[in-house]
Amino acid sequence: MKISILGGRVIDPAQVLDQIIDVHIQEGKILALGDCPTGFKAEQTINAEGLIVCPGFIDLCSHLREPGPSYKGNIASETQAALAGGFTQVCARPDTQPPLDSPAVIRVVRERAELAGKAKVLPIGALTQGLEGQLLSNMSSLQAAGCVALTNLRRPVQDNLILRRCLEYAATFDILVVFYPEDSALKGSGFAHEGSLSSQLGLEGIPETAETLALAQTLLLVEQTGIRAHFAHLSTARAVTQVAEAKARGLAVTADVALSHLLFTEACLESFDSNFHLEPPLRSEADRLGLLQGLKDGTISAVSSSHLPHEAAAKMAPFSVSEPGMSSLEVVLPQMLALVENGWLNLGDLVKRLALAPAKLLGIESGALWPGYAADLILVDPEANWVLDEQTSFSAGQNTPFWKQSLKGRVVTSLVDGEIRFNLN
Amino acid sequence: MSSALNNPAHPRNVQLTSDGRLKHFLSINGLSKALLTEILDTAESFANMGEQAVKKVPLLRGKTIVNLFFENSTRTRATFELAAKRLSADVLNLDIKTSSTAKGETLMDTLQNIEAMYADMFVVRHADSGAAHFIASQITPRVAIINAGDGRHAHPTQAMLDMFTIRKHKGGFEGLKVAIVGDILHSRVARSQIRALNTLGAAEVRLVAPKTLLPIGIEEMGAKIYTRMEEGIKDVDVVIMLRLQKERMTGALLPSEAEFYRLYGLTTEKLSYAHPEAIVMHPGPINRGVEIESAVADGPRSVILQQVGYGIATRMAVMSMAMSGQMHERAQIQ
Repeated sequence: MKISILGGRVIDPAQVLDQIIDVHIQEGKILALGDCPTGFKAEQTINAEGLIVCPGFIDLCSHLREPGPSYKGNIASETQAALAGGFTQVCARPDTQPPLDSPAVIRVVRERAELAGKAKVLPIGALTQGLEGQLLSNMSSLQAAGCVALTNLRRPVQDNLILRRCLEYAATFDILVVFYPEDSALKGSGFAHEGSLSSQLGLEGIPETAETLALAQTLLLVEQTGIRAHFAHLSTARAVTQVAEAKARGLAVTADVALSHLLFTEACLESFDSNFHLEPPLRSEADRLGLLQGLKDGTISAVSSSHLPHEAAAKMAPFSVSEPGMSSLEVVLPQMLALVENGWLNLGDLVKRLALAPAKLLGIESGALWPGYAADLILVDPEANWVLDEQTSFSAGQNTPFWKQSLKGRVVTSLVDGEIRFNLN
Repeated sequence: MSSALNNPAHPRNVQLTSDGRLKHFLSINGLSKALLTEILDTAESFANMGEQAVKKVPLLRGKTIVNLFFENSTRTRATFELAAKRLSADVLNLDIKTSSTAKGETLMDTLQNIEAMYADMFVVRHADSGAAHFIASQITPRVAIINAGDGRHAHPTQAMLDMFTIRKHKGGFEGLKVAIVGDILHSRVARSQIRALNTLGAAEVRLVAPKTLLPIGIEEMGAKIYTRMEEGIKDVDVVIMLRLQKERMTGALLPSEAEFYRLYGLTTEKLSYAHPEAIVMHPGPINRGVEIESAVADGPRSVILQQVGYGIATRMAVMSMAMSGQMHERAQIQ
């Protein structure tokens, strides 16, 4: 299909581009920007006047719930939600049931994703077998099956010797390893940021050092083994400083932050609202400002949805026994636009943090509108006001504080491989 | 909260009616001095009932109160039951054994089932902090909820009976110095006491404990931290001792009971640092020889047994006030 997207404001940080210009698509790829190439005749034209046209977002951490309990969602529902949120590609977390630790499971996930025909799925494999932290996973086979990275999530690796072996083996194949730095012993049975507020509310705390101590240790092993490392979901201001220092001494490491941690702090826990039960925990206002600063100066290169859909009952429980996580793929764009409005970043940075940077750190040719790249792009109405509810949401999870709230900024159309896979009207 | 963008969380005081009356009793947090004083005054009016031939008033006649104890408790449940019966309510006791990992569905289903029996009030004790708030705001908002202890968070009726005890024996709170000693970390009683004492205008609230038993940043509630007993209870008017659970020894919080007793156990000798007329309190049950010497627990300065008696009057006060507020609001909605 030959498509021309006409009159939109094209924002593509890779080409340092922000101008009203046409986009031409042929055989699923970007053909050209600007004037219509000679001989090209669009079979379909899309009027993008008043809309932003940019590369489709790439999410670094979504739980797609498949294989696993289908009442929490499945690949079809969550990749549809992704498209509606502007994400044309999503990384799938490996803590499915069974976990993504064998090529067979990876194949099932990829087949289901293709069958669903929504956002593309980029599986992240398990670093250790069963995510149990004891035996190396079949890393090379996982890579061959299509995993873009490996991680053990927040599950502890038994000891530093095993972790070192994991990293050395991963380095053999130049696989990206994603870390969610957290010392499980210091975390203990905690579920809230340790501080005066958690003390007053009687919620068991997770100290800042649970993150910073694990991060410091891991950085040393990363340096020793020379792997490509990405640190996900930083929650403390001090962790941002640690990553900045590591980068300054030449380590090729990257970091992301979950959207929720740019918006909320521990103060949200005062009403014991289980929607704010997250991993890592929401921390102090100083931490939130530190994360925003890190995003602004580039220490944190990407923003992740940390999408974790749940059935309603999972949150209908006292705070500590409710299941952690927030359903968030569909609110990333309006909330990031709110950060733009508040001066924390500009539109070019927004696209960079959600599309270009994730593509770069994953090492995939994507996140930009270069001719020849897959035509994964979205059309956004930054002024559209809408309400997230049963009518507008596609995710199986309603576990978000934005449920039935009004939001500003909405995806109008999402194209994957030059095919319109989501259209608002 | 101004810090978050578009923050849809509106912390509001779920325990008050729109015109500021008590309709649940979940925590001391957010309650005014006037309201706490009203609770104490109401309790005072019930205080002598136990000595009368007919120990009942008809305030809650025809009302159904369900004691929902997800955590074991003999004494607290008994005083709530007595309080309800003296208010002429019908009482149902349910001991619901539940593991801390039990699914929310179970709790939600249990509560909705009981609500369907037309219960008017739940007295809830639960091992998880915020459980009473959760029930009041999410599950059964039209049933009056009385928090009989939730996790480490709050035990507001215990705090109010302690305030009642202090007012009875010390006349009031002005200029009062109070020391709370022992396992502050795990104590919902201490957290509620600190709030109540500050709201009622006590001059000084001190917390005395080793650092492993002091929650991080707890001083921001309005308390001074002391790690040495002699300094901590110097010249105080009230010493409140907390129970020390044996599990604290295995959790790497304390080396031994003996060392804790040597440093923080309330002995006759240590009590001599306090004001000569200081009273000694304890929410019970006491561990003799662990946090308190028998001679002190049974001595002339101890008001530990009086506390138990005041507990019934205080709970009657809270139950009648919350039921009245809840009925008032229901009448307005209808």
